[in-house]
Amino acid sequence: MQELQQILDQAMQQFALIGDEAELEQVKARYLGKDGSLTALLKGLGKLSAEERPAAGARINQVKQNIEAALQQRRDELQQNKLAQRLAAESLDVTLPGRGLGTGGLHPVTRALERIEKLFHSIGFAVAEGPDIETDFYNFTALNIPEDHPARAMHDTFYIDEQHVLRTHTSPIQIRYMQAHLEKYRHMETMPDIRIIAPGRVYRVDSDATHSPMFHQVEGLWIGERVSFADLKGVIADFLQNYFETADMQVRFRPSFFPFTEPSAEIDMSWKDGWLEIGGCGMVHPNVLKHVGIDSEKYIGFAFGMGVERLAMLRYGVNDLRLFFENDLQFLKQFA
Amino acid sequence: MQFSESWLRSIVNPPLSSEALAHLLTMAGLEVEGLSAVAPAFDRVVVAQVLTKDKHPDADRLNVLTVDAGQGEALTIVCGAQNVTAGMKAPCALVGARLPGSDIEKPMEIKQAKVRGVASFGMMCSAKELGLAEQSDGLMVLDADAPVGQSIRTHFDLDDHLITLKLTPNRSDCLSLYGIAREVAALTGAPLQPLPQVSFKPAKDINCKVKVTASAACPRYTGRVISGLNAKATTPAWMAQRLERCGLRSISALVDVTNYVMLELGQPLHAFDLAKLHGGIEVRFARDGESLKLLNQQEIVLQDDMLVIADTRHPVALAGVMGGADSAVDETTSGIFLESAFFVPGVIAGKSRRLGFGSDSSYRFERGVDFFATQSALDRATQLILDICGGQAGAVTDICGELPARNSVKLRTSRVHRVLGISIDAGAIAQILSRLGMIFQRQGEDFSVTPPSYRFDIAIEEDLIEEVARVHGYEKITPPPSQATMSILPQAEAQRPLVKLRQALVLRDYQETINYAFVEAGWERDLCGNVAPIALKNPIASQMSVMRSSLLGGLLGGLRANLARKQARVRLFEAGGCFAAEAGDYVQHERIAGLAYGAAMPEQWGLVARDVDFYDVKGDVEALFFPRLLNFEAAPHPASHPGRSARIRLDGREIGWIGELHPQWQHQYGLAQTAVWFEVDMGALAESGVPKVTNISRFPAVRRDLAVIVDARVTVQSLLLAMLAENVPHVVELALFDLYCGKGVELGKKSLAFRVLLQDTRKTLTDSEIDQSVAHLLAVLQKQGAQLRM
Repeated sequence: MQELQQILDQAMQQFALIGDEAELEQVKARYLGKDGSLTALLKGLGKLSAEERPAAGARINQVKQNIEAALQQRRDELQQNKLAQRLAAESLDVTLPGRGLGTGGLHPVTRALERIEKLFHSIGFAVAEGPDIETDFYNFTALNIPEDHPARAMHDTFYIDEQHVLRTHTSPIQIRYMQAHLEKYRHMETMPDIRIIAPGRVYRVDSDATHSPMFHQVEGLWIGERVSFADLKGVIADFLQNYFETADMQVRFRPSFFPFTEPSAEIDMSWKDGWLEIGGCGMVHPNVLKHVGIDSEKYIGFAFGMGVERLAMLRYGVNDLRLFFENDLQFLKQFA
Repeated sequence: MQFSESWLRSIVNPPLSSEALAHLLTMAGLEVEGLSAVAPAFDRVVVAQVLTKDKHPDADRLNVLTVDAGQGEALTIVCGAQNVTAGMKAPCALVGARLPGSDIEKPMEIKQAKVRGVASFGMMCSAKELGLAEQSDGLMVLDADAPVGQSIRTHFDLDDHLITLKLTPNRSDCLSLYGIAREVAALTGAPLQPLPQVSFKPAKDINCKVKVTASAACPRYTGRVISGLNAKATTPAWMAQRLERCGLRSISALVDVTNYVMLELGQPLHAFDLAKLHGGIEVRFARDGESLKLLNQQEIVLQDDMLVIADTRHPVALAGVMGGADSAVDETTSGIFLESAFFVPGVIAGKSRRLGFGSDSSYRFERGVDFFATQSALDRATQLILDICGGQAGAVTDICGELPARNSVKLRTSRVHRVLGISIDAGAIAQILSRLGMIFQRQGEDFSVTPPSYRFDIAIEEDLIEEVARVHGYEKITPPPSQATMSILPQAEAQRPLVKLRQALVLRDYQETINYAFVEAGWERDLCGNVAPIALKNPIASQMSVMRSSLLGGLLGGLRANLARKQARVRLFEAGGCFAAEAGDYVQHERIAGLAYGAAMPEQWGLVARDVDFYDVKGDVEALFFPRLLNFEAAPHPASHPGRSARIRLDGREIGWIGELHPQWQHQYGLAQTAVWFEVDMGALAESGVPKVTNISRFPAVRRDLAVIVDARVTVQSLLLAMLAENVPHVVELALFDLYCGKGVELGKKSLAFRVLLQDTRKTLTDSEIDQSVAHLLAVLQKQGAQLRM
C-alpha cells in the first residue's frame, strides 16, 4: 500500500519538474510502460489470493488513473505554456500607423451643396442645371430685368459678346426649366408642380475681401396651382433650421425688391445676437411666367436664391471668403 | 439715404422708441442700415454766460470765472481754456453732470472741487469734452442769443438720431422726409403734419420765358423768377443743422434751400442766376458738338440723347443731373430762376453712369419723382428763400405735357388670399389701401385701385398684393400645413450621381478643388493647344481673361500654389464645366479631372517610397469607371509627354485623356517632378448601367497561365483584344499578371504572363477541353508574333 502511495507521489513530483513534452512521455514509460513500476505491480497481482486480488487490483488501477490524469494535466500545461510563449513573441505594436493610401476630401462648397441638395430632395425638390455662359435673354430679359437696369451695366456683368454673359445669378435656370417643363406637359390640362433647386457657379465683376468674381448660388423654384407666400416662408424656415440643425432658429422675411419676384422679401435668420441676411425670395413675377408662356392666373409660385459660400462659411466657421478659391490643402483637408 | 429722426418726428410722431421706429421701417421694406445718436450721452450741461474773468492767484494758465448758468446765482468756475472771455457764451457742466469721457462705459462725473486752492462749481466745456467733435481748440463758443440756462441737449437738439435707409430702387417715393413720414403714417396710423402754408403774393409781371421742346422727356416744367434777393444772407442754424444731419454741407442760403426742399419733399430743384441767362429757357435735347461746364467744374461733351436746359445761346444745365457752372448762383446773385421739373426716369437713367458721376437730383429723377408736386415744392422753396434772402416772387410758369399714366389696377381679395396664403378680409384691405394714399373703388370683394402720383412701382395686381402684405406685416404671415401633393422623384439607376463619383476620387486620396472658370490665355495655349479661346470682354485681370476648355490649368495652378506652401505630395481633382465655341454657339462640357504629384503613397513605414506614375493614375481612372471597361490608345496631347499620353475610349467613343505632363511644361511651370493627370467626360462617367445577372456556374473554374515573349513594342491591350475577339470556348477571364524584361529576356523583347480562367456552367471541364482552349489562345498570341516562353 505504501509502495503505491510512494509511486504516485514520485510520479507527481517528477511530472511537475519536467518542462518538455518529449521528456514527459519518457518519464511516463517509467510508470505505465512495459517495464514501468505500476505495470510491474499489476503483473504481481497474480501472486495474490482470489480474495485479496480484486481490492488490490482496484487500488492499483486507481493510482494508474491518477497518474494518467496528472500526466494529461501536465501535457495541457506544457502546451499552454508553449502557446503563451509563441503569442508573447508574436505580439505587435498595435499603435503603429495603418498602411496604404490616404483619403482625400470634398471642397467645403461641395459639401454644403450636397447637404442643401439632400435636404431639399427630402421634400421633393429635384436638381436642375443650366449653362454658365448665358444669353442676355435668359439672364436678364426673361427675368423682367429691363434694359437700363444697373445689373446690366458693364461693371457688374462679365460679357462674352453682345448677346452672351457669364450668368450673374442662377435664376436663368428657372426660365430654362419652366420652358422645358411646359413643353413636356403641354398635352396635359394641368401641368404637374415644378419643384426644383438649381445650384451653380455665378459670376460678378467684383473682387475684394468679401466678394469673389465667381461664387455659387442655389436657386429654388416651386410653381403650382396652390403655392403661396406663406408656403415659401415655411419651406425656407424648414430648410434653414435643418441646414443649421437648430430647431429654434428664427427666420424673418423683410419686404424687398427684385425685378423677377412680387411680392419680394429678404430672408433674415437669427444668428448670435442679431439678424443675418441669407438670401432673397418672393412670388414669381407674373411677367416672368408670361415670358415662358405659363398662365399666371392659373399657376403661381415662389422662387428663392441663397449664396452657398455664405451658408458654408456660417456652417463651418470660415471667416474669409477667399480661402475657398486658394486651393490651400491645409484649409481644404479640414473638410474631409 | 440718411436723415434726422427729429426732423421726421416733426412731420409724423408715432409713439415708438427710436429702435422700434427703425424696426418698423426695416420690416416695411425700408431697411434701416444705421441708427446712431448724434451725440454721446451726457446731462446737466447748460448754456452759460461768462460774467467775469480773473487770473488764478496760483496758476498762470488758469482763470477764475464767474458764470451765469441760469442757476439763480452766479457760479465760480476755474477754467483753463485760452479762448475764454468775459461776456461769451459757452456750455457749462454743472456739479453732478456726467460727461462722455474717454471710456463710453464710464462717464466722467463733475464734482465740486478745489483747483489749486480755488473752489470750482462746475466745468466750462469744449466741443470735444461733450463728444461733439474729434478735436477742438478751447471752449465751444455759443451764439450770443443762446438762452442762458437752457440744456445744451435741447439747444442743439442732441437727443436726435441719424437714421440711414438702404432703399430698394422701386421706392423712390421714400427719398424724402415727407415720403418716409407718409410711409410711417400709413404703417402706424399716426397723423401726418400738413406742409407749412405759404403766404407770399407772386408778382405777375416778373417772369421768364420758358419753352419745352422735348415735352415727352420733360412732361412738366414748373418754375418762377425771384428777384431782388440777398444771396449773402446766412442760412438759419436749424436748416444748416438738418442738412448736416442728412449728410449735406451748408453752402449758401440759395443752394441750401433747394437742397432742403429736395430732402423735405423729394423734389430736386435748381436755381439759375437770372442775370446769366440769355433770353429765356428751353428744355431740349443737346445738339451735336455742344458742350457744357458743370458745377463740379467738369467739362462734358454732350450727346444727342442728353436732355439739357438751355438759354437762347447754349445749354446751361444737364437736365435732372447737374447745373452748369456759368449760370450758377453765387454771392452776387440778385435774381434767380427756380426750376422744379419732372423729367421722365428713362431719360435721366444711365446718364450719370455714363458720365461717371451722379447727383442727389439724378438719383431721384431716374427712380421717379412726384409729378403732381412740382408746384408745391416750388412754393415751399420760394417761401423759404423769401424768408431768408428777401426779394419778390414772380408768377409761376407751369408747362404741362403728357404726364405718366396712373391706370387703375384690379385687386381681388381672393387673389390676395391665394398669393399670400392668408385670409385677410376686404375691409382690412380697403383700410390698408387708404392709408397708403391709394384711390380706389370697391366692388364687393374686389377693388379698382389708382396709385398716387408719387408711386412708380404699382402697375399690376401683385404690386398691390405686396403693399397689402407689407402693411399687414410679413411677420404675421405664417406657414400653413403643407398642401403639396406627394410624388416620388424619379431616380435613374443607370446614372451614377456626381456625388458618388466625387466620393470615389476622395477615397482614392484626391482632394477636391474649385477653380475659377476663367483662366490665363497662356494655359489654354500651352496645355490645350487652344489659340482662340472664348475671351471675356471685360476680364477682371489678365490671368482671368479666357474661359477654360479644360480643368487641367486650374489643377496645375492648385499644384503650384501648394508646392509653394511646401507640400510634397499633392493629389487634386475638380468636377466642373469647360467651355468651347462650336457651330456658332457656346457649349459647356462637364468634366472631371485629376492630377497627382509626388509619392504614389503617403510617406509611411514598411513601404518602399516611389513616385506616382502613369499606371497609378490609370488605375484610379479605371476604378472610377468600374465596372465599365475602358480602352486606352497611345495618342499625343499638347499637355503630355508624347510617349506617355493616351486617349481614353469607352465603347469606341473618345471620353477623355490621361498623360504625364510634358517635360517642357514641367520645366516652364517650375515643377521639380512630373505630374500625372487625367480628364474625363462626366456624362460618360455617369453611365453605369443597371446590373443584369447571368447564371453562375456550380462547377469549379480552372486556372491556366500563359507566358509568352513578345516584341517590346507590342501592346498588351492588342494581345488581350485579339484573344477576346476569338471567343474561345470556356474562357471566362483573361488578364495580365506579370510583365518582365531584363536578364533572361532578349533585348527589345518582353515577357508577359496571362492568367486564363476556364469554366463551364453545365459540367466540369475535361483536361482535353482545357488544353484545347489554351492552345487556341496560344495560337492567337503566336499570330501576333508571340513565342511561348519555355
